[in-house]
Amino acid sequence: MNLLRIATAGSVDDGKSTLIGRLLYDSKAIYDDVIDSAEQHSRRQSSEYFNLALLTDGLRAEREQGITIDVAYRYFSTPKRKFILADTPGHVQYTRNMVTGASTADVALIIVDARNGVVEQSRRHAVIAALLGIKHVVVCVNKMDLVDFQETVFRNIQRDLHSLLEELQIKSHHFIPISALVGDNVVAKSGRMDWYGDETVLEHLEGLDTSIFTADSRLRLPVQYVIRPLTKEFHDYRGYSGTIASGNVSVGQEIAVMPAGKVTTIEAIDTPDGGVNSAAEGDAVTIRISHDLDISRGALFCSKYDVSRVDNTVEATICWMSERSNLQAGGMYRIKHTTHTARAMVNSLEFKIDIDSVADTVGCDHLELNEIGQLVLRTSEPLVFDQYSVNRSTGSFILIDESTNETVAAGMIGRPEFIH
Amino acid sequence: MQSSIPPKLALSSSQLGSLKAESIHIIREVIAEFDRPALLFSGGKDSIVMLHLAKKAVAPAKLPFPIVHIDTGHNFPEAIEYRDRTAANLGIELIVGSVPEAIESGRVTAFAGPGGSRNRLQTPVLLETIRENKFDAVFGGARRDEERARAKERVYSFRDEFGQWDPKNQRPELWNIYNGFINPGQNIRVFPLSNWTELDIWQYILEQNIELPSIYFAHERKVFEREGMLMAVSEFLQPQSGESVTTEKVRFRTVGDMTVTGGVRSDADTLEQVIAEIAIARISERGASRADDRTAEAAMEDRKREGYF
Repeated sequence: MNLLRIATAGSVDDGKSTLIGRLLYDSKAIYDDVIDSAEQHSRRQSSEYFNLALLTDGLRAEREQGITIDVAYRYFSTPKRKFILADTPGHVQYTRNMVTGASTADVALIIVDARNGVVEQSRRHAVIAALLGIKHVVVCVNKMDLVDFQETVFRNIQRDLHSLLEELQIKSHHFIPISALVGDNVVAKSGRMDWYGDETVLEHLEGLDTSIFTADSRLRLPVQYVIRPLTKEFHDYRGYSGTIASGNVSVGQEIAVMPAGKVTTIEAIDTPDGGVNSAAEGDAVTIRISHDLDISRGALFCSKYDVSRVDNTVEATICWMSERSNLQAGGMYRIKHTTHTARAMVNSLEFKIDIDSVADTVGCDHLELNEIGQLVLRTSEPLVFDQYSVNRSTGSFILIDESTNETVAAGMIGRPEFIH
Repeated sequence: MQSSIPPKLALSSSQLGSLKAESIHIIREVIAEFDRPALLFSGGKDSIVMLHLAKKAVAPAKLPFPIVHIDTGHNFPEAIEYRDRTAANLGIELIVGSVPEAIESGRVTAFAGPGGSRNRLQTPVLLETIRENKFDAVFGGARRDEERARAKERVYSFRDEFGQWDPKNQRPELWNIYNGFINPGQNIRVFPLSNWTELDIWQYILEQNIELPSIYFAHERKVFEREGMLMAVSEFLQPQSGESVTTEKVRFRTVGDMTVTGGVRSDADTLEQVIAEIAIARISERGASRADDRTAEAAMEDRKREGYF
């Protein structure tokens, strides 16, 4: 099984931190001294029970205020799999953090409080997961102990959210009734919900097959860095290094070097563990080719017969992330797309996406912090790109404010299919 | 001697493979985009793994940046010897920022007494070294699983002219696109091992058969117990009254300043045995071996805000 990257979001009240604390605690990913320190803190706060949420609270300000201010990363592993969990706060103002956590995730963990059912926030999490191209969603219906472990409560939530996930075209979804506080169905099976009889949260995550939705099989390899040792031993060595974004490379394969479109042949593939005959998506490689071409950082190696689009104009969905400024038509930014940096101007702002009503569009003339909108960008140099829905690497970019250097937007090329 | 590696370690090579690829991707981004990067190297296992990956990232070319050590003057001689030999073997420049020199010249003041360590003095010397050498990106071997403040750290951690980390004002980090734009005087601390855990590090050391400083393996040493940790007797640290010296078989889980780094009792003298012990350990490596992180609940958070790694 591959390493699984999970994104989760939720507020203090729905028990997200308790669920994560439970996953870490029961899978023995937390050391005793860390537990001791949390227990001491628990006692100082005069909590009645050991507060599992304290295991995941990070900074002093967060502990004092009982809030989460940023994305935190957690690590745990079982004999079957290693997990990286991006843990983000779920308040309305933190769309930015949710988008950040979701950008690298294979699966989204959505937590619903059984007493409250599907609320605005649950819908927002589902929409953001869909926007960021997450293919798998696991819905944990938490606090089942507070609704007497009733099946009808669980089934009603499942029905409500099921239709939303279908609408968002998230095809792999799984619902699990849990109690994070007492541990039912998180790592250990619940003895109080015989009507469920399916996998626990951990079992489900361990077995989740992320390869069922086949990724882009076309070669996309952005050139990061050109290696030229200029030593006696490697006098003529010229290698193009990068991480394979999609597809495969093999020695003897013909590839197109974009944006120029010249075709060449792969002569050798070097990897951190030596020379190989072929390599696949996710591998960090150095490619040597048979022609002497002018190739530098920002070029893209593509399958010969199916190359990326080359254009100065791109339509994209963006999430605006700046607290200091708004996005408006005419705005100019640095754009970082794969390994290529250029400048981009906002040609037009088409509409804003209302994520609370599940993807209705609203006309607007600017985007504020945490708002998501559809726009058209014009770039100073052509970008070599694919649609985000097809390729997360060649379809994504960030915008950077040229005066403050802050990252102000996350961009996904194309238009989400579920937009009305 | 037989010791079986517990199942928790039986990660498929593809899982370690994706961590390696991610780290190499990060290192290449930095080399491609920054003018004057440097790599912090202490002779500890994390910096050893980071350096090993950096070599692979640019192979067959030579590393295009120097390694830097902020030396408290109280380091394990074994780690210093390892550091010097590594730099010499690679034929790369080693820059040492010296805390003793900074104390002698009066630029920083040492705390006195048995609780006084030079740990916090590393920060001003680090900032001075970065400034003097005009480094714009500095690789550090910190991992997010080490400590709760580090769990909130970015891969590219922006630092202002004072080296400060501002957790409430971090740049969002999306996909594998990193924003390294800075103004003169500012720098980016880069953590290529962010997503590695302690066990991943050890598994990589085993897979690549990397030599480590000898203090990572069980050896006999004169120690005394202080606050539940076994401290090595050295010219830098002597027992107080009431602390009795014994000879024990110990190894160290981290390599730091001798005055704050404690050992654990162990018979593990091979990599496999060390890994087997770590896989079942119930105390975190920082909790087991670092007095500097025990002084307060938010000790690391405070030091990071001041400019520490």
